[in-house]
Amino acid sequence: MPSSDKEQWKQETLDPAVKRFPERRENFQTDSGLDIAPLYNPEDLNAQGLDYDNDLGYPGEFPYTRGVQPNTYRGRVWTMRQYSGYGTAAETNERFRYLLDNGQTGLSIAFDLPTQIGYDSDHLLANGEVGKVGVPICSLEDMETLFDQIPMDKVSTSMTINATASVLLCFYIVAARKQGVSMEQISGTVQNDILKEYIARGTYAYPPRPSMRLVVDLFKYCHDNVPKWNTISISGYHMREAGATAVQELAFTFSNAIAYVQAALDAGLKIDDFGPRLSFFFVAQNNLFEEVAKFRAARRMWARIMKDRFGAKDPRSMMLRFHTQTAGVSLTAQQPDNNLIRCTIQALSAILGGSQSLHVNSRDEALALPSEESVQLSLRTQQILAFESGAADVVDPLGGSYYVESLTNELEAKALDYIQQIDDMGGSVEGIEQGFQMREIGDAAYKHGQEVESGDRTIVGVNRFTTEEVPIEGLLRVNEEAAKIQIGRLEKLRNGRDDGKVKASLERLEQVAKTNDNTVPAILECVESYCTLGEISQVFRGVFGEQDGSLSF
Amino acid sequence: MQDKNRPIRVLVAKPGLDGHDRGAKVIARALRDAGMEVIYTGIRQSPQMITQAANQEDVDVIGMSILSGAHLEILPEIMSLLHDEGMDDVIVVVGGIIPEVDRQPLKDIGIAEVFGPGTTTTAIVEYIEQSVKDRAEA
Repeated sequence: MPSSDKEQWKQETLDPAVKRFPERRENFQTDSGLDIAPLYNPEDLNAQGLDYDNDLGYPGEFPYTRGVQPNTYRGRVWTMRQYSGYGTAAETNERFRYLLDNGQTGLSIAFDLPTQIGYDSDHLLANGEVGKVGVPICSLEDMETLFDQIPMDKVSTSMTINATASVLLCFYIVAARKQGVSMEQISGTVQNDILKEYIARGTYAYPPRPSMRLVVDLFKYCHDNVPKWNTISISGYHMREAGATAVQELAFTFSNAIAYVQAALDAGLKIDDFGPRLSFFFVAQNNLFEEVAKFRAARRMWARIMKDRFGAKDPRSMMLRFHTQTAGVSLTAQQPDNNLIRCTIQALSAILGGSQSLHVNSRDEALALPSEESVQLSLRTQQILAFESGAADVVDPLGGSYYVESLTNELEAKALDYIQQIDDMGGSVEGIEQGFQMREIGDAAYKHGQEVESGDRTIVGVNRFTTEEVPIEGLLRVNEEAAKIQIGRLEKLRNGRDDGKVKASLERLEQVAKTNDNTVPAILECVESYCTLGEISQVFRGVFGEQDGSLSF
Repeated sequence: MQDKNRPIRVLVAKPGLDGHDRGAKVIARALRDAGMEVIYTGIRQSPQMITQAANQEDVDVIGMSILSGAHLEILPEIMSLLHDEGMDDVIVVVGGIIPEVDRQPLKDIGIAEVFGPGTTTTAIVEYIEQSVKDRAEA
């Protein structure tokens, strides 16, 4: 007689089997600590009250759980966008052109740390950091070099830039103009998500509240002038990399998103004027099904937040569009080729989850910036997934899986509880000022570390299945001359420009910064006069103050 | 350093502009759990700030984490400042993304040990306890 329900099956079929052959572990859990039952069936979805029309619906329709595009990748596959930048603008320009020649479909600029924090390459604190984790861009001239022979009306460009986002966008706008490309034509994204910098990534420059104003200034300016630009990429990625669970990644990303939306509304913008330009950025971690569920839950959560909480009317405001990157933190220095496999599984979760764009990490990145060969393998991983695996040929392939639907519901419910907790504190900025998100993430990171050390969590090649390590060959080393070349260029720029114009435009920027007027037009004027990033940021440091490094503790 | 029975004091620091502090925080907590007194500086510390903090806190050990690739520029400056302050007896260890070829040059300037990705906190605790003991007996 077949079992009539799950309980009967458990008692009569499962338990006797487990009694004879005990399971591998006492408790099975996802990476976020959600308990995993041995089996899921319609009973689980009924118990959770899943309603197909309300909770899943059809792709391209509210609540977008199954996708924001009606046919997802059947029209066009995701944008393959490998993040890169190092050395100098000229060297990075070569890497960009190499990637475009190899079939990459969008650019993604990695800036070095001084550029991200608002210091010129010759600043004292920039010592040792110039060109290391990204490309140094100190002025309009550097941006022109970076895009030499790359048609700025054809490529879309993502810039991982936050504290100094509006300055780098202005460099980009003017560099495009010099190519004969207007502000209406350019397309791309600035990360512009300063809140997660305080929580996890650390490239803030000014205190949170004036930084929020700069974020909103950029929203406003782009709405009026740069219609195809995504004005923010609200990022869970870095918080997850710092140790957050999938639940925390969802919750903290959306509580930050809520803070940006509220700030924009408070500044007089209308929800449907900027809603469609908000984009997101998540990680793809190792736990395949939990990650797919996370992406699906994220779409549903955002649609409901925008519609129910903020009263959005335009469906485009409710559609969660996101970029995904595989998990840097999961890469191991031991047996580095294993990382290729990890990256492939992670990338698959992003595709099954319906990501709009993807970066796949490279096998050597626990050791150095990736070599050209490694990056090509990452791109090939994407192309194999897109054109050989069949994963891109149907919409939301795991929709209807009892397990994945159940996880989707559970992640959403737990993340909503967290968001409520942050709302009760007064919102994300207040949470940050109290160090709430940082503590929660720190606790999760420590727990993860302890699990790896105790062997409770397996990392192949690190705490199990270890072998004698062979040093990896061909690691990328940033040219040691790069910083000198960059500093030389900067000196030449400073000597060759009109000092009167520089001084006047910086003074005007200072005046504007002290009022409530939009800072972007004044930054544009500075950029046109060849003011440097450091000079512009120094004006803001003077007016807004500097955020020191103690906040992240 | 006079009182042999006092707990080992460690300064955990993030030099340079690198904001990746997951590792530094996990190590700081593990050292604390192992009974050490740990001072964590927060991110974005200049060589001067680190030297000064180590001096004021009278630490036995400085542990620094760098993932940005700036180690060959920043660490020699810190070692030289420590020397100028007469702090050559402080044990300096480093972790992060440090390529194999850079390890020897770092040891040559007086860095006691370089811990790569995947090192357990247990190994680091043991190393520090042993080194402080060795130094006291030396």
